[in-house]
Amino acid sequence: MSAREISRLVVPGRGQSVWLVLLSSAAMAFLAVFALALSVTASQLAGNWSTALARTATIRLSAPPAEMDAQTAFVLEVLRTTPGIAGARVMVSDEQAALLEPWLGPDLPLDALPLPRLIEVTETPEGPDRQGLRLRLAAEAPGAVFDDHTRWRRPLAEAAARLRAFALVSLGLIGGVTAAIIVLAASAALASNGQVIRVLRLVGARDRFIALAFVRRISGRAFAGAMAGTALGIGALLLVPEAGGSVHLLSGLGFSGAGWLLPLAIPPLAMVLAWMASMATAFQVLRGVT
Amino acid sequence: MIAFENVAHDYGGGPLFRDVSARLEQGSFHFLTGPSGAGKSTFLKLCYGELLPSSGRVSLMNRDVRTLSRDGLAGMRQRIGVVHQDCQFLDHLSVEQNVGLPMTATGRPLSDSDLSDLLGWVGLGQRAEALPPTLSGGERQRAALARAIISAPSVLLADEPTGNLDWDMSQRLMMLMIELNRMGTSVLIATHDLQLIRFAKAQVNARVLRISGRRLQIAGAEL
Repeated sequence: MSAREISRLVVPGRGQSVWLVLLSSAAMAFLAVFALALSVTASQLAGNWSTALARTATIRLSAPPAEMDAQTAFVLEVLRTTPGIAGARVMVSDEQAALLEPWLGPDLPLDALPLPRLIEVTETPEGPDRQGLRLRLAAEAPGAVFDDHTRWRRPLAEAAARLRAFALVSLGLIGGVTAAIIVLAASAALASNGQVIRVLRLVGARDRFIALAFVRRISGRAFAGAMAGTALGIGALLLVPEAGGSVHLLSGLGFSGAGWLLPLAIPPLAMVLAWMASMATAFQVLRGVT
Repeated sequence: MIAFENVAHDYGGGPLFRDVSARLEQGSFHFLTGPSGAGKSTFLKLCYGELLPSSGRVSLMNRDVRTLSRDGLAGMRQRIGVVHQDCQFLDHLSVEQNVGLPMTATGRPLSDSDLSDLLGWVGLGQRAEALPPTLSGGERQRAALARAIISAPSVLLADEPTGNLDWDMSQRLMMLMIELNRMGTSVLIATHDLQLIRFAKAQVNARVLRISGRRLQIAGAEL
């Protein structure tokens, strides 16, 4: 008879403790999937913010209408010949209207407003000499103001770092609570099987045999519960609406590509956790039985 | 096989018995008798290490029980069969699984035919698949006896094994234990059933120990 068969034989397969281990593992695995998704998404979001802000800049050009096109051409020429600039494009009226819509409402009469022209600048990873660029723009197009988003970048980068830390702490807390719940469930399972333990000792079973019989059953149940919880968690994440390619904290919650394999680590981890917890608890319970 | 030297046991309210010295030799047959609460069950528990003496020394197979590790004690119990008054079954296992448990739980081989023969010997061949809660009192005691002897122990300890049985069933169970003793197993039976003791003494050379007045005495002349 194999160890697994012996374990199945001596440890009852029914009772409240069975459901306690199964359900608590399933629930904690479900939450762990979300914490993991939150962690990954927050990390990705924080990275995207930092990268996007670091590599983009805006030039705001104010000039009399008659000189606007000429100064725009000067600015574009300066940008084209500046090292560290990957590209530049003039934002069209619709894009500017979309930027202003949250504040000024739809159907904006853009032509009637003295709006500056906006030029979106994309930098190379090395970036330009910002001070030199400002001096050249001042000489070629006095109405052009180079904004490298420094004012925005610092607080957003700080927010992103905090978001990432928050997600990691959440993941750690969920892991810790999962461990505690499994320890309690393992203790309850062993406590409710005091008669089995006493009889096994009576017939000459060694502590290691008894402990392993319970540990195999409890960790097996924890694995099965965590599998179910993980599957439900992944299913729930799949139901979160797509964010259309961009990453947002709520609508983009989930994994991408090989990232979907990450939650599959949760059931084996739950099993290892249950194994260690129930082994420690089993020997503790056995010390009280002669 | 089992030796008591000046043993006392105390649950905290004064000694239950003291200065108890006795030896259970290989192949011997003993009864342990005495009034309820005298300490018969405690004496048996000392015999298989479930309790340790408050003072004195208990030796199992020439080893001081106090010096045994937990694994060492488990090894000793593989050589001592115990029939509890309340049988101590695992209710989720069938009779044959319960009877085979000492072998299963210690990794020793057990053939189906041996198990079947043993169940037939104790008259439970037809009840092999039954669960313990469905057994009658006599069937439970016989199943407990089968479990106690399946590993061919050197010593058999039985605590009131016929307590809930009618006279016919008590005689039948006693004959099984006498037969075991004839095959070389040391037997110690705690009972207050004097009729049963007389029946056994007619079949086998049995000594009677009596716990009385917190002491162990050799009895028998009056039986």
